[in-house]
Amino acid sequence: MAKNIQSLERAAAMLRLLAGGERRLGLSDIASSLGLAKGTAHGILRTLQAEGFVEQDAPSGRYQLGAELLRLGNSYLDVHELRARALVWTDDLARSSGESVHLGVLHQRGVLIVHHVFRPDDSRQVLEVGAMQPLHSTALGKVLSAYDPVAHSEVVEVERESFTPRTTTDLGDFEALLDMTRARGWAADVEETWEGVASVAAPIHDRRRMPVGAVAVTGAVERVCPGGELRPELVAAVRDCARAVSRDLGPAASDRPGAAPTTLRTTPYGSPYSGTEPAGNDRVIGGFFTPRPLTRC
Amino acid sequence: MTDAHTSGPFIAAIDQGTTSSRCIVFDKDGRIVSVDQKEHEQIFPKPGWVEHDAAEIWTNVQEVVAGALAKAEITAADVKAIGITNQRETTLLWDKNTGEPVHNALVWQDTRTDALCKELGRNVGQDRFRRETGLPLASYFSGPKVRWLLDNVEGLRERAERGDILFGTMDSWVIWNLTGGVDGGHHVTDVTNASRTMLMNLHTMAWDEKILQSMEIPAAVLPEIRSSAEVYGTVKGGVLDGVPVASALGDQQAALFGQTCFAEGEAKSTYGTGTFMLMNTGDKIINSYSGLLTTVGYQIGDAKPVYALEGSIAVTGSLVQWMRDQMGLIKSAAEIETLASSVEDNGGAYFVPAFSGLFAPYWRSDARGVIAGLTRYVTKAHIARAVLEATAWQTREITDAMTKDSGVELTALKVDGGMTSNNLLMQTLSDFLDAPVVRPMVAETTCLGAAYAAGLAVGFWPDTDALRANWRRAAEWTPRMDADKRDREYKSWLKAVERSMGWLDDASEE
Repeated sequence: MAKNIQSLERAAAMLRLLAGGERRLGLSDIASSLGLAKGTAHGILRTLQAEGFVEQDAPSGRYQLGAELLRLGNSYLDVHELRARALVWTDDLARSSGESVHLGVLHQRGVLIVHHVFRPDDSRQVLEVGAMQPLHSTALGKVLSAYDPVAHSEVVEVERESFTPRTTTDLGDFEALLDMTRARGWAADVEETWEGVASVAAPIHDRRRMPVGAVAVTGAVERVCPGGELRPELVAAVRDCARAVSRDLGPAASDRPGAAPTTLRTTPYGSPYSGTEPAGNDRVIGGFFTPRPLTRC
Repeated sequence: MTDAHTSGPFIAAIDQGTTSSRCIVFDKDGRIVSVDQKEHEQIFPKPGWVEHDAAEIWTNVQEVVAGALAKAEITAADVKAIGITNQRETTLLWDKNTGEPVHNALVWQDTRTDALCKELGRNVGQDRFRRETGLPLASYFSGPKVRWLLDNVEGLRERAERGDILFGTMDSWVIWNLTGGVDGGHHVTDVTNASRTMLMNLHTMAWDEKILQSMEIPAAVLPEIRSSAEVYGTVKGGVLDGVPVASALGDQQAALFGQTCFAEGEAKSTYGTGTFMLMNTGDKIINSYSGLLTTVGYQIGDAKPVYALEGSIAVTGSLVQWMRDQMGLIKSAAEIETLASSVEDNGGAYFVPAFSGLFAPYWRSDARGVIAGLTRYVTKAHIARAVLEATAWQTREITDAMTKDSGVELTALKVDGGMTSNNLLMQTLSDFLDAPVVRPMVAETTCLGAAYAAGLAVGFWPDTDALRANWRRAAEWTPRMDADKRDREYKSWLKAVERSMGWLDDASEE
């Protein structure tokens, strides 16, 4: 068995030491507890501090656990949170583009649709929330495969079924498509999944640039792609929307009061259920809440 | 694409709300061009008392109007009209010679008039003025608040009787100031706001002299009652100088209008901390025997007024907040759906959130919250599901009451508000109501309603059909539940509701 890396073991021991209750420790306490030279201990602490796992209290110079550790355990973004934050932006995208809008996340080797806004005409449409789409042929799937390493490892392993003559199934060709997607920041699907249907998608990132989902506009190929060319203003609108949603995803996916300072003020809806209740007066109906966008897509 | 830079002309709407004032500029398609918003202070002088500084609110209104125009990069010349929507019932008295409020505004949530309302009920009780006004004697409504101010601000009654004092809900305050204030401001209110004062007779649409006498309110303080959509005057001074002030609607009525519920039987429900549901009942004043309020929906110019039934649910979004903040079962409000979706059903558990008694249609102040049907099998996920179902069942109870009172079956429910982002809740709602639930594309239905009414008044939009054409469906949930199952579960819910009643031995016990 290979020998473990000593500095990592020491860093782990330091974190355990600092995690022992609500305490701050000075450099010499840490060094002597772990039997290290002060210089060695200081080097490790500085590295941990740079990564955000340890923080130094300015007045006392003592060390404590950093906020990044909390975020590590908490970083999972709830898809329903994603939908709540995306609601106004996706409504506006549907309204401005005249096409339907979908929000997708990676789920079990495919794209799970977590939000769907109808095409703004009066036609009969069915809500597609909960439906699965393939990773390799849809615009949403390509964006996720290009940006999310987990999606990428899934898509290279699955059998890439040919849905139409235009579906890309060859691995080399597909990788080239993903390279192009990363280079230009968006992906398209022109009749590669369904005949007559085209879509454009762009990635949604959280504050730490982690890919969390994708947003797409989907419509009839002759509207989305007139004369074989994707409408550039449509591409721009999808990317604007994805950026707006990304901007509104706070550093921590929590709107709990007292949690990390989240971004109530920058989110279009704030917390979906926030409202001001008068103190000492719990028998009133409400202070009910209406959604209030502060800026637009 | 109709997008990019929408071109004018535009309609602006001011929403003078409970926590903030906002201004939104809309284009002809009903799309939002710009928004500006500013919160104001909530003043709590004593437990149960809630006040607003009306001077601060007027300053904020001017700021957000200027802000919204600046963000849209437009001027008064591009704005065809401005509409007003407002927190309802909040009551202000001011001096018409100086323009200064004589006291902070008493907010609708303020309960200082509880005892006065009991006293006003005399031997008849809560329903003493219901036939005339459609409302029970409760502390929300303006009339008793006016009386409280007249009784408690020194010398005010004499000044009021001399004709120096004006009364208004926030629509009146904003319109009076917009149209010149002490320099010839128009002292008006609209029928929807007037219908929440408890002083207007629904049958005559005029101030009711008998009620004024009973409440000892001098008629000299009252604004002129006008329709919801007509030009009350033009703006004097400020960035909107010369623009017609052309609509006023209480916030829930504005949402009904913004959702284009123009036909009898159409209803909207706004899901927030609490929930407000209004149903258009056409030209019929329907007396409720099921604990609903009868109110004015809107009136467009010279047309006949349209009436509405209103039901409110005290605890909906706030139950989700309670699960997050008090129980710590979820980290964010949106997570309730994740937790609830991890199970197929409620596991037999029912949650009746009667935290401060039961409201419509029961009105039982002796009730308190219960979770019924617990077994060892029940997990926190089942409770999360029961939490969402509580909102859906309470909506069902209100729609049942509306059907009972009006004889009109609900064909579809239009929804708005923050909780509409909860997909599982919306599906459950459709299942329990056995009717489609529809979410419109513009979530800002309140401001949109005020803009629509103002636009109609100045001919920016020709008629309500044009407004209907602007309405866009963003999502629709259709019922998927088996009728037997729905009936069985509704019975269980009603049993749970029964178990919440009578918890307090004496309804006055807190």
